[in-house]
This record gives sequence, structure tokens and C-alpha cells, in this order.
Amino acid sequence: MRSVIDIMDLSTAEIQDLIVTAEDIIENPDQYAHACERKKLATLFFEPSTRTRMSFEAAMYELGGHVISMSEANSSSAAKGESVADTAKTVSNYVDIIAMRHPKEGAALVASMNASVPVINAGDGGHCHPTQTMADLLTIWREKKQFDHLTIGFCGDLKFGRTVHSLAGAMARYEGTKLVLISPEELRLPDYVKKNILAPAGVPFTETTDLEGSMNDLDILYMTRVQRERFFNEEDYLRLKDRYILTEEKLKSAPERMIVMHPLPRVNEISVAVDEDPRACYFKQVLYGKYMRMALILKLLKEAGRL
Amino acid sequence: MNIDSIRNGIVIDHISPGKGMRLVQLLNLDREDMSVAIIKNVHSRKMGKKDIIKIDAEIPVDLDVIGFVDPEATVNRIQDGVLTEKKKIVQPKQLVNVIRCRNPRCITSVEQEIRHVFVLRDDGYRCLYCETRAEEDRK
Repeated sequence: MRSVIDIMDLSTAEIQDLIVTAEDIIENPDQYAHACERKKLATLFFEPSTRTRMSFEAAMYELGGHVISMSEANSSSAAKGESVADTAKTVSNYVDIIAMRHPKEGAALVASMNASVPVINAGDGGHCHPTQTMADLLTIWREKKQFDHLTIGFCGDLKFGRTVHSLAGAMARYEGTKLVLISPEELRLPDYVKKNILAPAGVPFTETTDLEGSMNDLDILYMTRVQRERFFNEEDYLRLKDRYILTEEKLKSAPERMIVMHPLPRVNEISVAVDEDPRACYFKQVLYGKYMRMALILKLLKEAGRL
Repeated sequence: MNIDSIRNGIVIDHISPGKGMRLVQLLNLDREDMSVAIIKNVHSRKMGKKDIIKIDAEIPVDLDVIGFVDPEATVNRIQDGVLTEKKKIVQPKQLVNVIRCRNPRCITSVEQEIRHVFVLRDDGYRCLYCETRAEEDRK
């Protein structure tokens, strides 16, 4: 049973196919309005995430399907001590596909090993969040019309930021990708990402603490939030959370071609005034995320022989 | 220092110095009821120093565990005082329930029945679920 746990589960050819489907859905939404009729998606969210859950649910509704939701882990069988494996086995009997978010890393993989329907990882702790990366990729594609020869600046929490690791990995597969890693010393990209993802692909990268001085080289600036929930120590969080704030003023010196992305939600790392700048693409990412989830649901249901 | 030869059992030889005790632990030899000799820092012409483990019983040993701790080690089976078999040790591609993932954020930290699986990657063993490196590889 094919599931998608990590963005690397999808080849670049498959990503291109998903982009073609997503763009077709954008152009011809009516043609997909009944594509998943009588099919059910379960959204199993063991930790709160309104936006991702709503995106999956909107995606399934727009495909004409139904959604069964478990949004409160503490009111479900999980609170009674049921394992992820048993939950996956049970829910497989009710639905055609599962989207799951869990605070523990690897939970979605465990679910996929036990489910008899496809499982989409909707975030497993600080580990993977492939459909966010798919949203990022469709945004880049629609804004840049290419994946090759792009210079991407990642800014903020590069240590715990799973979206950064996933997108860096996904972009490392394209020719001519260059990365500029902008972060405080304490939140630098982990060595294993550099060693296992960037080095084998030969992706050149520079590390810096200077955001403004780096912007001139960038095609994409990917801002991230310093996530409170990833810190064991509140003091460290408070010390690092406001280190980078992108303002209109700072953006003045940035090149016209440089789009600004952010996986959202933001706290204060991008001023609200920046939203009006044509280079701001983070709300488009939200919309594109829904289309890519639609494309992925279709692909996995077809592969599972359920469509 | 002399340790008697064994008549029927297993000798794990050419263990890198210092790794003998870990091997005893992971092979659960410390919990078994047979005679086991752990000889540390023995002079070796080839290695300078080495550890040796002699097990005075014909028990099955998990070669994957040995391959994980020290793929350079050798395993000799002794029967009636004669060497009857030399086992080739290779690094296993996957380790199941040998070591535990120490990442408190890993699903294995909260769900006890999940098998602890580590997979051999370019930079050593990593947890199948969360990709955290095995403790032994960090040393």
C-alpha cells in the first residue's frame, strides 16, 4: 500500500505529475468536483493543527468526497491508550485514505505499516511534513516556472524547522540549486541534513547570521517561525524568537525577483505590512497546498485501486 | 594472563579494544547462566590490543549484533576442543530490537510494543522512525 510519509517518497517525476494535476485542478475545478464521490478521508490529528486539517478537509470536499475527523486526541481512543498501530488498523475499515498528524516522530510511518489504506503524513513532530513541501514546490513552480538554478535563502529556525529540511531535500534534487542558510548559531541546519542531503547532491551552501546582507543573491527567501513547542527550555525560546523580523524596510534592498515564502503560521517574523508586497507568496502557499493535497489524494487513491 | 581453552562453545575474537563489554551486554551474555570469559586488552600482533569473549556453551549468537558493534570481529565455533567453523561477520543492513532509540520525540519512546529498528545509512545506523543516530555511532 503506497503511503507518503516523507517528501523523498515521491520522485521528481511524480512531483512534476502532481504539479500538472494541481494546475489542471486550478484551471478546471468542475472536472474534479466528483472525482472522489463516495470516498472517505479520515483526518487523524493527535495534536492541534487547524490549518493543515482544514486544508485536507477542503481538498477532499472539493473532490466530492467525505471526511471523518478525529481532531481531539484527548477525546478519542488515543486518550484511552490505544496505539497508533491499532488506530490505523481500525480506521482503515471505515475510510479510503488517512491523513495523520502526530506529535511523535515516526508515528505516520507506524500508521502506514499497519493501515490497509494509504496514509499521508500531515506532520510527525519535528520530522516530516511532505504536503507542506508539496505546497512550497507548487508555489515555486507557479512563481518561477522552474526548479533548476534557484538560490534559496532559509531564515530562522533551521534546526527544528522540518519544512526547511524537507524543502532543502526536495530542492537538492534539482540542478544548480544553491542554499543560503541564515540563522542564529544555536538554530543552524543540523549536520546530518548537510551530510546526508546536501553533500551527496553536491548542493553548495553558505551559512550566515546576516539576513539583510544575504538577500541580494536570493531567488527565494523562505522565512520560518521559531517554534515554542520544539524547545525544552523556555529561556532559549524567548532569547531566539525575535532574532529575524522581515520588514518592508528590509525588503526595499531585496531584488525584485526574490519571492518571500513562509510555511505559516507566522508570529512576528514577517511584518503584516510585507503582505502587500507583490513578492509575498505565503498566502498563495496556503491555497496551493490545498490543490497539491487534492492531487495527492487522487494519486494515492488511484494507486490503491480505490478510484 | 591465561584463560583455559573451551571444549564446546564460541570464541568471539579480534574485538576492538573496549568493545567487548558492550558486546556482552547486547548479546545478553551477562544474563545467561553459562561460563563466559571477557578478556580485555589482550596483546594482538595484528591489532596491537584486542578483546576476546569465550562462551563455554554452544548457544546461538546473533551475528547481526556482532556486526553492529564490531564488524572486524571474528566468531569461531569450537567442538570437542577443535575449531569447526569460522563465521564471516558483516555489518547488518538493519537491526531489530538490539538497541533502543534515545530520541524522546520518537514514537518508540511512548509506544512500547513497536519494534526498535535501526537502518544502516551512509553515516551509520539511524532509527527507522525518526532518523536519529544510534547512540553507539555518536561516540
